[in-house]
Amino acid sequence: MFAFIIRRALQAIGVLFAVGIISFAMFRFAGDPVNQIVSLDTPAAEREQVRRSLGLDDPVPLQFVHYLAKAAQGDFGVSYQFRQPVADLLAERMPATLELALCATLFATGFGVLMGVYSGLKRDSLLAKVFQTVSLVGISLPTFLIGILLIYLFSVTLGWLPSYGRGDTVKIGWWSTGLLTLSGLKALIMPSITLGLFQMTLIMRIVRAEMLEVLRTDYIKFARARGLTTRAIHFGHALKNTLVPVITIVGLQFGSVIAFAIITETVFQWPGMGLLFVQAVQNVDIPIMAAYLMLVALIFVAINLAVDILYTIVDPRLRTSIRQPA
Amino acid sequence: MAEAIQAAPAPQAQPTTWAGRFLDSDIWASFKRSKLTMVAAFVTFLFMAAAVLAGLAPQDPFDPAQLDLLNSRLPPLWDAEGQAPFLLGTDEQGRDIFSAILYGLRISLAVGFLGVAFSATLGIALGLIAGYVGGTTDAIIMRVADVQLTFPAILIALLVDGVVKSVLGGQLDGMTTLSVLVFSIGLSFWVQYARTVRGSVMVEKNKDYIAAAKLIGLPAPVIMFRHVLPNVLGPVLVIATINLALAIITEATLSFLGTGMPETMPSLGTLIRIGNNYLFSGEWWIIAFPGVALALLVLAINLLGDWLRDALNPKLR
Repeated sequence: MFAFIIRRALQAIGVLFAVGIISFAMFRFAGDPVNQIVSLDTPAAEREQVRRSLGLDDPVPLQFVHYLAKAAQGDFGVSYQFRQPVADLLAERMPATLELALCATLFATGFGVLMGVYSGLKRDSLLAKVFQTVSLVGISLPTFLIGILLIYLFSVTLGWLPSYGRGDTVKIGWWSTGLLTLSGLKALIMPSITLGLFQMTLIMRIVRAEMLEVLRTDYIKFARARGLTTRAIHFGHALKNTLVPVITIVGLQFGSVIAFAIITETVFQWPGMGLLFVQAVQNVDIPIMAAYLMLVALIFVAINLAVDILYTIVDPRLRTSIRQPA
Repeated sequence: MAEAIQAAPAPQAQPTTWAGRFLDSDIWASFKRSKLTMVAAFVTFLFMAAAVLAGLAPQDPFDPAQLDLLNSRLPPLWDAEGQAPFLLGTDEQGRDIFSAILYGLRISLAVGFLGVAFSATLGIALGLIAGYVGGTTDAIIMRVADVQLTFPAILIALLVDGVVKSVLGGQLDGMTTLSVLVFSIGLSFWVQYARTVRGSVMVEKNKDYIAAAKLIGLPAPVIMFRHVLPNVLGPVLVIATINLALAIITEATLSFLGTGMPETMPSLGTLIRIGNNYLFSGEWWIIAFPGVALALLVLAINLLGDWLRDALNPKLR
């Protein structure tokens, strides 16, 4: 098992290295780093001097090493649009994105498991069929349309929920949270639903399939023979065993949730990293794009690694079969 | 398309023509059994026809000379304030929503089809090479695929789009933007094709007909494309159908985010982006109709893809 984790960790470093190369290539070749420092009317000679002082005349591999070393210390250069260090901009917006992603995941897991269990237990009922249809529509509709639909219903027509922004936030150290104020919580509802809907349908389908599978197994029949109550069988025995794949999916999807937050944040003008990234793409702000890519890669790789390790702990069967890697 | 085939004469006893063999096939039988699939095929066909015939629309929304600000923000025709010929109303530039949807469909479908064609070509070629050549080539291609698979396609499309635009620099015209979109969507969806094709090639290349082809001295590229490729196309077709829906969604998303088609040459996503600005002022038709068109199109293609996956999979019969 130890060898397995080491191998996965090495793979993770490989991925990060590859992303680092791409990020560096963007930073160095697609955008001109000199333009970050100088203004439009700077004379050519002065530009040349800046170029030299930035080390842009060094051999490219050496520049790459410098870039990685700086990135490891959290220095991603200066944004073209904001004239501020990219790391500060990202750090300022990270809490908003993480809180949104967390709430979306909680929503998706809670409702996904509930709906999945229900449609697994009563798969011919009308409500279960409604769930199935909703999940098909949920997968087909683009995220931004769902968000717009929610805004039209709950903000424009009913006027219950705010249509943009985070509401009031409270500062805890450098972390600004919207979870402690009423307006902050209200502002979280629609973006979380929009972002979590796809994951919810995914979890619902998995839980339903797993429930159907588990209910056919011998130990459930044995539990029935022992005369346990239906409630104890369904929730004590069956549900517990469906949760292993759910944990994996929730973990692996968390990275996607952060990436898809780009769309949700734009629809709701949510001041997070995703909105910053979209503005960077619109305005060709390469340093922000490169840094965002590195950051997302780091989050993805860390989560994948954590899920792999968790999996070997949760499911003992894997510990023995791991010697033959899949 | 399906309608044309249906009309073709089919000899009952021994089907010899292409159309006859098609009508006798399992796929056609399974198509006829599923009402939902027939509806989905009809809707898809309708949208494609609408896109092709967009030139017949009452107005050319890409031509600023045809727009009249006096006609701006008119509600749909059935509303008391609606005006002919603006069936679904107009937007703030006096653009007829119905015509804009037809032209927008054309762009959405064009980007979708070209994006799928590009990613399929790239993926199939790389998958064939990886599977057939093997060794280091295989390892490199598949490692790149693994790294790319770590990220959602939309993120890659956004990044490629941003980088290409910064390399090209300045303001891009409509056709260049369209090419950039096709390029970025193509680059973000190739992995699935490559993996599937590679897997099938690994199975096929050990069969006797490949050994025979090698024995008569055919060069590797000929064996790959003429002999292996036709045998691995089934799963590719399924992926392509599902990816068409994904590519259309991706294009719409990029355009909605403001990094896709410009407002002078709008796709469905751009139209939704424009309409989003009027959500609060009560002009719901500017966003509603393009949104419904996009949702219906994607849903219909998804249903077709689901059906095709089941129909081509013998295990499910």
